[in-house]
Amino acid sequence: MSTETPASNSILRAPFWFALTEGARAAFSSIRAHGFRSFLTALGIIIGVAAVIAMVSIIQGLSSLIDEQFQGLGSNSVTVAPYTTLEDALSGRNARLNEQDYELIRFRVDGIESITPMMPNQGRVDYQALSTTAQIIGTTHSFQAVDQAFVSNGRFLSLSDDETRRNIAVIGVEVQKDLSLPSDPIGEFIQVNGEWLKIVGLLESKGSFLGQGQDNYVLVPFSTMTRLNGNRWRPNIQIQLSVSDVNEIDTVMASIRRVLRNAHNLGDDEDDDFSFRTAEELQDSIGSILDTVTIVMGGIVSISLLVGGIGIMNIMLVSVTERTREIGICKAIGAKRHHILLQFLLEALVLCLIGGVVGLGIGYGIAAIATALIPGFPGAYTPLWAIGLALGFSGAIGVIFGILPAAKAANLDPISSLRYE
Amino acid sequence: MPIIELKKISRHYQMGEHLIKALDDIDLTIERNEYVMFIGSSGSGKSTAMNIVGCLDTPTSGTYLLNGNNVDGLDENALADIRNQEIGFIFQTFNLLPRATALRNVMQPLIYRGLKHSERKAAAEDVLERVGLADRGNHLPNELSGGQRQRVAIARALVTKPSILLADEPTGNLDSQTTTEILALFDELHAGGQTIVVVTHEPDVAAHGSRTIRLKDGRVESDLPNHGQQNVH
Repeated sequence: MSTETPASNSILRAPFWFALTEGARAAFSSIRAHGFRSFLTALGIIIGVAAVIAMVSIIQGLSSLIDEQFQGLGSNSVTVAPYTTLEDALSGRNARLNEQDYELIRFRVDGIESITPMMPNQGRVDYQALSTTAQIIGTTHSFQAVDQAFVSNGRFLSLSDDETRRNIAVIGVEVQKDLSLPSDPIGEFIQVNGEWLKIVGLLESKGSFLGQGQDNYVLVPFSTMTRLNGNRWRPNIQIQLSVSDVNEIDTVMASIRRVLRNAHNLGDDEDDDFSFRTAEELQDSIGSILDTVTIVMGGIVSISLLVGGIGIMNIMLVSVTERTREIGICKAIGAKRHHILLQFLLEALVLCLIGGVVGLGIGYGIAAIATALIPGFPGAYTPLWAIGLALGFSGAIGVIFGILPAAKAANLDPISSLRYE
Repeated sequence: MPIIELKKISRHYQMGEHLIKALDDIDLTIERNEYVMFIGSSGSGKSTAMNIVGCLDTPTSGTYLLNGNNVDGLDENALADIRNQEIGFIFQTFNLLPRATALRNVMQPLIYRGLKHSERKAAAEDVLERVGLADRGNHLPNELSGGQRQRVAIARALVTKPSILLADEPTGNLDSQTTTEILALFDELHAGGQTIVVVTHEPDVAAHGSRTIRLKDGRVESDLPNHGQQNVH
């Protein structure tokens, strides 16, 4: 019979690190032992993290795509559009810009490289037996310079088209496709608002922006468009222009403002009845909208993480009660408070972290699938900060909601725990 | 030097308005390699005495010297260390960890001593062999018979090489055949130099000890040497 066990001649290891690794070992084996329950317990965290990651990935993918697109857009273009204050809208007055405003800006404001009026209108376009709905824009040859729209076939609108009110149109590729026009549609006739227009040009595809196609256009000379609309409504237009020097953009906008306020007879105490949109402004406002959406959604979804944490605490408390006797046994054979505390705390922490990692994978998967299913939507992008935040948050929830059950376990009295049935 | 020395130990519980004296002024000395039986009816204080000797409970008054060291006023962690290093507990209901294999159960106390996994395993396998369960190490408690479970529990108590083996009704849940086997194992351990304290209410079991202490109402009623112990089986 051996009487010498290695127990007597072994060196004591650094107690905390040792307790940590042994606690983790015990936590893992307990999580494995209750596989399905552990999964259900972590489900709250899994869903919470998956929701956060899916949401952030989709929005961030969108946001990085928008930044990219704006970089190619150029920052020297400005759009002037009518702006109706809420007060005026309620009293039935709508702000308008018209052709005279366009002429005034064109002749009285310096520093403009090119300028074009735009009369956007949704309308029906017919070709043979087919019809489609497209954005019909009355504009001038300057539209090409301002909007960077180039033809792949035929020609763009010219100055004389506008002066002679020619019945012609330049169409986008989507219109061509929708109406099953020949691949070289030049010379074909389409019908817009009952007028026959001859196609003289086909625009290069501009792809899609924010999930919306940019090729569903019919460009018509401005004067032709005015006639097409007839006398049914007073023309309301937008004015697009590009400035020759980006640094002078504020000065140019200030002069336009002066000219328009004067033309509209606005008093000193009255607000502008028009507004400016610059590419940069648009980019900033879209960016800040997306950031706000991210924060608000993140906050809402964080609540589900909190709920998940409460679920974990609940199960951990049940588990402590269930294992009261085991805790008593461990204490009788020499477990100290920190052994028990660490085991339960690590169990909660490991559960939450596993939930976090699984949620991360699922969330990314959802984002990838969702973005792939929506045509033209940018790919999902998961920033590192979101991963760090999700894992950090789940870990913190594990510790916060694990500490109470763990402390309860560690404080159990060994004698009564041993008697616990 | 005695291994256990209880001086004027009392343990009182306040139950509402009644003061219950579970132990009342007990003086007791147990020497190395004694095989002591605590007997008495339920409520006699034998379990309380056991808990105090095992450092699970602390006395209301009195002094307890374990191996000559006063355990008075030690904090919870120091008492845990004493339980781990000096005491080997054996319970009536075995009290094995249900989700751990026999081997893991025997290794468990060595975790709290800070031994590496490989050292724990070697020590546990060694002790399992001593109790005759070398081939059952990978079984879970519910795959073992009652006698085998109690052997695992004894192995767990022995693996820390404790000064005293404290057994609370160790055969209470066993049939007569396995009771005989377990008591034979105790006799063998005692013969090997182990100090053993057993709490029981069965005279047959008590006959195995070298000394029988009868408790009644928290006091020592009788304390007699037992000479015929080797004739029982």
